[in-house]
Amino acid sequence: MKSLKLSVFRSLVATFAVVTFALIGSEVPAKEPIKIGFSMALTGGLAGGGKQALVAMEMWRDDINSKGGILGRPVQLKYYDDQTNAKNVPGIYAKLLDVDKVDFVVSGYGTNLIAPALPVVIQRELVFMGLFGMNNNKKWKYDKYFQIMPSGPDPAVGFSKAWFDTVMQLKPTPKSIAFVAADAEFAKNLKKGAVTNAKRLGLKITYNKNFKPGTPDFTPIIRAVNATNPDLFFVASYPPGSAGMTRAVSEVGTKVRGFGGGMVGLQFSGIMKGLGPKLNGVLNYDFYVPEPNMNIYPGVKSLLKRYQKVASARKVDPLGFYLAPWAYAYVQVLGDAINAVGKIDHAAIAKYIHATEFTTVVGKVKFGSNGEWAKERTIAVQWQNIKKKNDLQQFTQPGIRKIMAPAAFATGKIKPFNALR
Amino acid sequence: MSRNRFYIIIGALLVLSYLATHFVDNQYYFFAGFAILQLMVMALAWNILGGYVGYVNFGSAAFFGLGAYSAIVALNLFDASLFAQIITGGCFAALIGFGTGYLTLRLRGVYFAIATLALLVVSETLIVNWEFVGGAAGTYVLPKKNPTILGVLVVGKQNALFDNYKELLFFLMCLIALATIIICSLVENSKLGRGLAALRDSEEAAESMGVPTLRLKLFATTLSASIMGVTGGIFPYYMTFIDPLSAFNLDISVNALAMPLIGGTATWLGPVLGAVVLGTLQQIATVTISSEVNLLIVGLFLVAFVIFAPSGFLGLIEKYWKRGD
Amino acid sequence: MFSAELFLNAIVIGILLGGFYAALSIGLSISFGLLDIVNIAHPAFIILGAFVCFIFNSHYGFDPILIGIIFAPAFYVLGTLIYRIYYESFEKTGAEDLRGLAFFFGVMFIIEVILIMSFGVDFQMVQADYIDFKATFGVVDIPFRMFVPFVIAMIMTFGLQYFSSRTFFGRAMQAVAQDTLALRLMAIDPARIKRIAFGLSLATCSIAGALLVIVIPIEPSVGRLYIGQVFAIVVLGGLGSQSGTLIAAMLLGLVESMITTFFGPSWSPAVAFGALILVLAFKPTGILGRVGDTRG
Repeated sequence: MKSLKLSVFRSLVATFAVVTFALIGSEVPAKEPIKIGFSMALTGGLAGGGKQALVAMEMWRDDINSKGGILGRPVQLKYYDDQTNAKNVPGIYAKLLDVDKVDFVVSGYGTNLIAPALPVVIQRELVFMGLFGMNNNKKWKYDKYFQIMPSGPDPAVGFSKAWFDTVMQLKPTPKSIAFVAADAEFAKNLKKGAVTNAKRLGLKITYNKNFKPGTPDFTPIIRAVNATNPDLFFVASYPPGSAGMTRAVSEVGTKVRGFGGGMVGLQFSGIMKGLGPKLNGVLNYDFYVPEPNMNIYPGVKSLLKRYQKVASARKVDPLGFYLAPWAYAYVQVLGDAINAVGKIDHAAIAKYIHATEFTTVVGKVKFGSNGEWAKERTIAVQWQNIKKKNDLQQFTQPGIRKIMAPAAFATGKIKPFNALR
Repeated sequence: MSRNRFYIIIGALLVLSYLATHFVDNQYYFFAGFAILQLMVMALAWNILGGYVGYVNFGSAAFFGLGAYSAIVALNLFDASLFAQIITGGCFAALIGFGTGYLTLRLRGVYFAIATLALLVVSETLIVNWEFVGGAAGTYVLPKKNPTILGVLVVGKQNALFDNYKELLFFLMCLIALATIIICSLVENSKLGRGLAALRDSEEAAESMGVPTLRLKLFATTLSASIMGVTGGIFPYYMTFIDPLSAFNLDISVNALAMPLIGGTATWLGPVLGAVVLGTLQQIATVTISSEVNLLIVGLFLVAFVIFAPSGFLGLIEKYWKRGD
Repeated sequence: MFSAELFLNAIVIGILLGGFYAALSIGLSISFGLLDIVNIAHPAFIILGAFVCFIFNSHYGFDPILIGIIFAPAFYVLGTLIYRIYYESFEKTGAEDLRGLAFFFGVMFIIEVILIMSFGVDFQMVQADYIDFKATFGVVDIPFRMFVPFVIAMIMTFGLQYFSSRTFFGRAMQAVAQDTLALRLMAIDPARIKRIAFGLSLATCSIAGALLVIVIPIEPSVGRLYIGQVFAIVVLGGLGSQSGTLIAAMLLGLVESMITTFFGPSWSPAVAFGALILVLAFKPTGILGRVGDTRG
């Protein structure tokens, strides 16, 4: 029986190996189109953003192809689902580069999905555009990495700068602050940067804890924070936590005058709609909102209109405010840079991107030496005037998310949290 | 097959894998190969406890992840080399396996299963909160440049054993996989293996015959856990970036369980087969169909095999082979 | 930092949370606790129920709990169907838990993928008037968002408890767990009893799903977060006892609430599961489990 097993074993493995690698290897790389490869979170925790980004990137591909493509060749996007699992990323990029023979690569969405790709691209000395990663380049100091989230040269700190600038305008000046963050990469990094900002401003920290991602009820946290009597409450959370905290603070109430900070997910349509008027008074970070002063983002309105037309058919976020403009921009920068340089030369392209101020769908983009934005442009917005429950359309109008900072964009003045509820 | 033929084939495969690293240029195959080999080793390790003894381990990812993170601790504290990391991973996971087993193996198998699940949650929570290893944000592992063993350059551009780290790691993984097959085969054919089989069929009967069931179960658990820890120990070097979400992911547990079930749990051949079949399919699906269909494949395969081929692939083959006789 | 208000509210929320967890686990207490079916897809069925609830709530505006109750019979039928497949493939042939487990793993993935393909991966919430309401007694707040699930959970638990001990089918369910042979000797088909029981277990998922989407925003893979918890609660409470499950759920809710309020939330999962491991080590039958039922 053992010999039977062995021969079966041998032939099966051999057959499988041959068939499989023949299948994979048999893709003949086409010479004509320019291929841009990437992994993207299409399932798993970050898929809400990943799918949004993909729609926007495909829109860019169609746009640039209608203008003649890159270097006169049509652009083809090649992507695979990383399932929001860092483990899948290196293999995906290896396949893209070695088997699919893509000409350029860009990143997936999120710090922990960008990180595993970096060693692969650094080894091959390729230009790499990053989509919403925080401090991925800190350790490597790679000169060909560029990141599109406008958090500035010191991302964790720059991210919350606008928020702090805003709350310090409250009268009387706040003296104390409480911090809460979800036990997840982005939220914790954000909180670290915010703590730095708070210390710089001399604020007293009365509470500083993390919560587990699956927490169903946040009222104990709100109560615990209230018991320490802070003037401000900075929350760094992912969508479930952001929704939960907002609801909890609605139920329990609070005396803090500034609430919010780094709550991811408040910009997602399902959550905006579900929370409705509970969002009034929350002061949060954002990148783009439909307010009048955002005219430095010239193409965004039309981009979002196009996006929204296809959104429901593609089962993605109906409004697309959060990620779509930036996903479009990060490939737009790459495309424009390649066209400007005139050939596929990664070193030259990287140099060009470092040296140039791009005009993109999100306005003027300039990168600093570490690949992050030279100057931060995270805005702080305060939710005001939300009147209807369960209505998504009201969020497409100006006057709901009033911009507080930076001053150049401001469309409103900060009001204390409870004054708006 | 005779023992000699067995060892010769193993040796030949090892040599083959080394040659492959020299003659195959395309790095992607090493990535895919590594991934499939990793699945294979996890499946083999799981089967030691699941197939031979009949105790279900839900928390394979815990031993894997703890192996990976203990390697990182060794790296951060002692600047440990790759080999030291692997050994640390194996030892630490063995310790945890022993502890878990000691606490719960006197009970019904289902309690052990739940305990392993609990272990997974506790481990992940602990690591997520531990800043020293990076916490939720993960941590980087930068491979040493030009490492040498006994004066021989292991990884380098010229005159080295391997051109780059991926080839070295692929070869190491082959080595681990083949070693695990040998271990499993030894266990199966030894007095230990017969004791385990007796235990699986009826624990009470075995005990009444004087089989030291608790000791055997503990041994199997510790062995299984340590192999999983070794697989975890090599993981940081391969990924160069590791975070708790990927190290403790549920899919590691699911695959470790699914592959022996699909391949067959009686001998080492089952997990190997299951890993090759399911692993290759998953690799193909990740880079062709992509997206949620990948999950669907695993789900459908599991359900189909478990319903229609309860002894796994091997059972199916034996059935049809017998018919042909 | 210790104050009466903080303490009292922590207790209240802990109890309400416990009720919520009980609602999630009660079905598993039947399928796993009584019938020994390791239904790891239990949370996935709850998510399925949650999405059904979301669809009807967002399109037609029906009350979420009402939807959960209306669809419970459909889930019951689904449960009996799945049990049929499970029985034909595994129990009849005497195969061990292993394959049943793998079967439900597969089912879990299939459900998740179907949900992703139908609804996408974005977070969804439901609307109901009482979700925002809260009652205040002195310094203690009772948010209805948690209170309503708590009440429903109590009704389900005591209803099932009553069913188990007072009705014929219920007692047959208990019997099937304790002594199948004796049952057969009384000319009752154990398979039929188990089918009804499993159907019931899935019916609770419909209601539990409605409660879930009231409490948190949902997306298809959210179920994975709860697998550990529901199994831990059932084991902690003792296999085979619905009231045990309730007590264990309460304990878990209280522990979580206390730790969150006074120590910091991020340690609560470790504490809960650490406690579970210890309980398994020293009193594996759990709180109200059948004594002497530890060896397989």
